Amino acid sequence: MEENKETYWSENLRLIFICLTIWFIVSFGLGLLLVEPLNEIRLGGYKLGFWFAQQGSIYSFLGLIFWYGAKMNKLDKKYHAEG
Amino acid sequence: MEELKLYTYIAVFGTFALYFAIAWWARAGSTSDFYVAGGGITPLQNGMAIGADWMSAASFISMAGMIAFMGYGGSVFLMGWTGGYVLLALLLAPYMRKHGKFTVPEFIFDRYYSKTARVVAVACLIIASLTYIIGQMKGVGVAFSRFLEVDYGIGLGIGMFVVWVYAVLGGMKGITYTQIAQYVVMIFAYTIPAVFISLQLTGNPIPQLGLGSTLADGSGVYLLDKLDMVVTDLGFKEYTTDNLGGTVNMFAYTISLMIGTAGLPHVIMRFFTVPSVQAARASAGYALVCIALLYTVAPAVGAMARLNLMNTIEPVAGQNLEYAERPQWFKDWEKTGLLKYEDKNGDGRIQYTADAKTNEMVKVDRDIMVLANPAIANLPNWVIALVAAGGLAAALSTAAGLLLAISSSISHDLMKGILTPDLSEKNELLAGRVVMTIAIIVSGYLGLNPPGFAAGTVALAFGLAASSIFPALMMGIFSKKMSGTAAVAGMCSGIGITMLYVFQHKGIMFIPGTSFLGDMGPNWFFGISPNAFGAVGALVNFIVAFAVLRVTGPAPAHIQAMVENMRIPGNVSAAHDH
Repeated sequence: MEENKETYWSENLRLIFICLTIWFIVSFGLGLLLVEPLNEIRLGGYKLGFWFAQQGSIYSFLGLIFWYGAKMNKLDKKYHAEG
Repeated sequence: MEELKLYTYIAVFGTFALYFAIAWWARAGSTSDFYVAGGGITPLQNGMAIGADWMSAASFISMAGMIAFMGYGGSVFLMGWTGGYVLLALLLAPYMRKHGKFTVPEFIFDRYYSKTARVVAVACLIIASLTYIIGQMKGVGVAFSRFLEVDYGIGLGIGMFVVWVYAVLGGMKGITYTQIAQYVVMIFAYTIPAVFISLQLTGNPIPQLGLGSTLADGSGVYLLDKLDMVVTDLGFKEYTTDNLGGTVNMFAYTISLMIGTAGLPHVIMRFFTVPSVQAARASAGYALVCIALLYTVAPAVGAMARLNLMNTIEPVAGQNLEYAERPQWFKDWEKTGLLKYEDKNGDGRIQYTADAKTNEMVKVDRDIMVLANPAIANLPNWVIALVAAGGLAAALSTAAGLLLAISSSISHDLMKGILTPDLSEKNELLAGRVVMTIAIIVSGYLGLNPPGFAAGTVALAFGLAASSIFPALMMGIFSKKMSGTAAVAGMCSGIGITMLYVFQHKGIMFIPGTSFLGDMGPNWFFGISPNAFGAVGALVNFIVAFAVLRVTGPAPAHIQAMVENMRIPGNVSAAHDH
């Protein structure tokens, strides 16, 4: 049991790490730090960096939360940890 | 105008009647109903309620206006206020739900086995929530005085009464169901005008796409390119690249808003209302869906409002509008003092430029953009009436959530938890209602007589949440060994340095003239504005806490066991009485 708890937790931490990396890239990376080079690329009337800052980051956040929720639900089932 | 007034009365009082009916239907019978709605709210319902709770008068009325005048710089609000939900969903909500208590200070007390920690948390919560409510109350007063032309004070009084009825009667249960209705009112009120305006300007009914489309005037020019051109011609910074005092400041500002969002107690306590850990994770997702519906429309509203404003003043390049021919909305907002014109060169026409010497639009308050937008775009009167009802829904729903956070922290944490532990459930419920009534009166008074520091309150509320509550909660879950002593030391130094920074630039308690370093860019630490300093405060909190932990030793074994238990969702029961 103890071992299960530990692997459950480390798998969870791995998922959190992946999600937060993407979270950082889409907002601080593409929307802020890399905004100038990205603005050279156009997405219709949007400059791409501007689009990430005002639209794309929010859509990515949504995807992340639901993806993490789905992955965690699977993990809960695997370890019989539903509640 | 008479038709508009009639529609507005119908929209405003019709929605009020709806809120009362819901409150009566969902009135609270137990402390569990009152604090956590009996723990039986579904994730979608909770998501809508969080949306209404979270999106305040600031989101509804001010945000698009800020974006309109800040352009790309306004992105900090969009990313900050949504990115925080990722942190909530991944780092806080599921574990705090698993622990299954009523309030944030109670969680901190259990985890850090320290009454000091609980009192510090209650103090942060009350300061952050009260300062936040003042803004909501002002929003209610402004909406009433502009749309129904009643006195600001009377409008505020009506708003206080409405909140009092459904918040005191219904507690969390009544508030949650009312907030669901308020969310629906709010989102229609926000998106319908945006759809109309997007259609007018670009021919695309979806504002998020319209913002990236070409203009419908047949020129084939993209809307954003046109806007960039119009504003730079008049000497303003380019809309799509204006970066709000540099990358470092935007970076810190965005982090501060994100962790501040994740640390605001009135949002966190919402996750105690759902039946399971899985539901808590799903709630955060639905909440962000509900919030994103408004937040992805806001940049379109902002940019289109700015373009419409510019086009009204200068319909054809070089041909400025004659002041005598200004439209009705212009006159209406001049009456409120939020829009001011001064004919500096005496030609009777309106010049709007970035140069203070030639600019004749001496005041264009950002807050009027959303409210004036439908009128600027010549939309029908019922749309304008709907916006009024939406603005009120945004302000009232947030005020109710904040009032609940305040009343539960006083009646549950201070009275039941520390001062009078043998309080019966019935008396605790009564105490909760009395405290809430007092909180409404205090916040109404502060809304009527805003203290000098009202303008700096956003910085304070987010600074406190970011520098104290978020780090304490996160370390409590992800570091088993984190001890009470270390956490309290971290919280106090985080708050301390944030307050010091805000006060040294904005004045002690925001009293003008007491700021010893002055409110100016060159004195800012790495160019970080006081509003953005919560991120640094949080960093200090983490560093101090881990340093003290090394010196004073880890938390006792039973606390570490409790944290391990918190991390696994199994055997979750509904939030219970204890």
